[in-house]
Amino acid sequence: MKDFLFVFRADYANQPKSSPEEMQAVTKLWMDWIGGIAAQNKLTSAGNRLTSGGKVVRPKNVVTDGPYTEIKELIGGYSIVKTATMDEAVEIAKGCPIFMIGGNVEVREINPM
Amino acid sequence: MEQKELIPHLFRTEYRKIIAVLCKLFGIEHIEIAEDIVSDTFLAASELWGLKGLPENPTAWLYTVSKNKTKDYLKRNALFVQKISPAVKYTSVKSEELEIDLSVKNINDSQLAMMFAVCHPCISTESQIALSLNLLCGFGVDEIANAFLTNKEVIYKRINRAKEKLQIEKVKIEQPALTEINDRLATVLTTLYLLFNEGYYSASQDEIIRKDLCIEAMRLTLLLQENDNTNTPEVNALLALICFHSSRFDARTNDKGEMILYDDQDTNLWNDELINKGAYYLKESSKAEELSKYHYEAAIAYWHTNKNDTKEKWETILQLYNRLLQIEYSPVTALNRTYALAKANGKEAAIVEAEKLALSDNHLYHSLLGNLYTDINDEKAVEHYQQSFKLSKSSIDKTTIAKYINKLQTHKN
Repeated sequence: MKDFLFVFRADYANQPKSSPEEMQAVTKLWMDWIGGIAAQNKLTSAGNRLTSGGKVVRPKNVVTDGPYTEIKELIGGYSIVKTATMDEAVEIAKGCPIFMIGGNVEVREINPM
Repeated sequence: MEQKELIPHLFRTEYRKIIAVLCKLFGIEHIEIAEDIVSDTFLAASELWGLKGLPENPTAWLYTVSKNKTKDYLKRNALFVQKISPAVKYTSVKSEELEIDLSVKNINDSQLAMMFAVCHPCISTESQIALSLNLLCGFGVDEIANAFLTNKEVIYKRINRAKEKLQIEKVKIEQPALTEINDRLATVLTTLYLLFNEGYYSASQDEIIRKDLCIEAMRLTLLLQENDNTNTPEVNALLALICFHSSRFDARTNDKGEMILYDDQDTNLWNDELINKGAYYLKESSKAEELSKYHYEAAIAYWHTNKNDTKEKWETILQLYNRLLQIEYSPVTALNRTYALAKANGKEAAIVEAEKLALSDNHLYHSLLGNLYTDINDEKAVEHYQQSFKLSKSSIDKTTIAKYINKLQTHKN
């Protein structure tokens, strides 16, 4: 089994405002999706969601504020799954609720140190 | 209770109490002597009671006879007196005057001390569990082998190796210190959890033994809950879980000993007293900083005691399962989660999820799919139930599954 990192990206700034009920429904989709991966015994870590904003530190102590003007899509969170192959990890990623808001999932194999 | 049931029952409840007291008295190096004395006592009981009938108070009889046998042993065995008596902790007097304290308090203290001695880190978790079942619960090697789906020899070796290890390490049977409680409580809880499950889900048709196991698990957990040093949120969560599940004990089998599934149970038979007790312990457990798997399982069990079949109930149960699976995966949890998903999100969605589980060698997997396909694709439902029937090892399960197949087939015609 190998670990694969899922990086969730979306254009969070340009999303229509949603009601508490809609937000609740989205949360449920995520929880059911993660629960479904865990039910297949393929979840290494549910990972975390990231808050908006942040800083970018560059050489020579240059610190800039996020969100980052040069990219539209921000990382909204990450999870780690364990599967035998990249294809299997990709199959799992296809069920991710991020596609409903036009986002994407980057799937990367983790290279253990 | 009939005599032929009484001795196994007493063996189950009293064997481990006397063993605990004697082991604490003699020390871990002499478990075998304690075991021999208690076995002899039960052997004497089965012979004598068969001939002369039951004594007025069988438990008191067992205590008196085992005390006398211990004293006899000490008198007879000079070597033992020389070597062990100085080590015997709770007496400075000669062995003839040795007090063997079988009071409730000393039994409880000894069992608690035993629980923590057995869960010493020098032996593997699986050995700890086997030894706990043997010494703390009076399980025979056969029964333990059954519970772990392995053979007698494996368990026998495992128990003996564990005892040797404890003796080599000179593990003391004494009130656990706070650091030991932190280190070993998790193993103690795992053992109690497995013990309860063995009783609650066992394939055995022997209702008395099954109930005994559940009651024993509850009592041992209660021992932890009643001791200030071990009264942790996790212990309360496990106790809540045990209470909630036990509340359905009378509702889940019919007169013939056949299983009645949750959906078909007469909710009037659910035990409100145990449900209320469970609710109390669940509240106590909420003082935790971090929620354990017992917290989630107790919360799931709590929602199952809710008699109304609402959307809210199943949605909450589903989310609790989603959390639980992130802490600890097990095939049964995955299947139960999918059942809750069917109730909350509909059968079609649940079928898709179920088929991802890759548990096709598990009879419960096919029972679940049989249930999910019923009314959607009855032919497929029958196929899955038939597969489940083939894979199932318990006759109770087979009877239940056959009923479903029968129902689907008559429904079709």
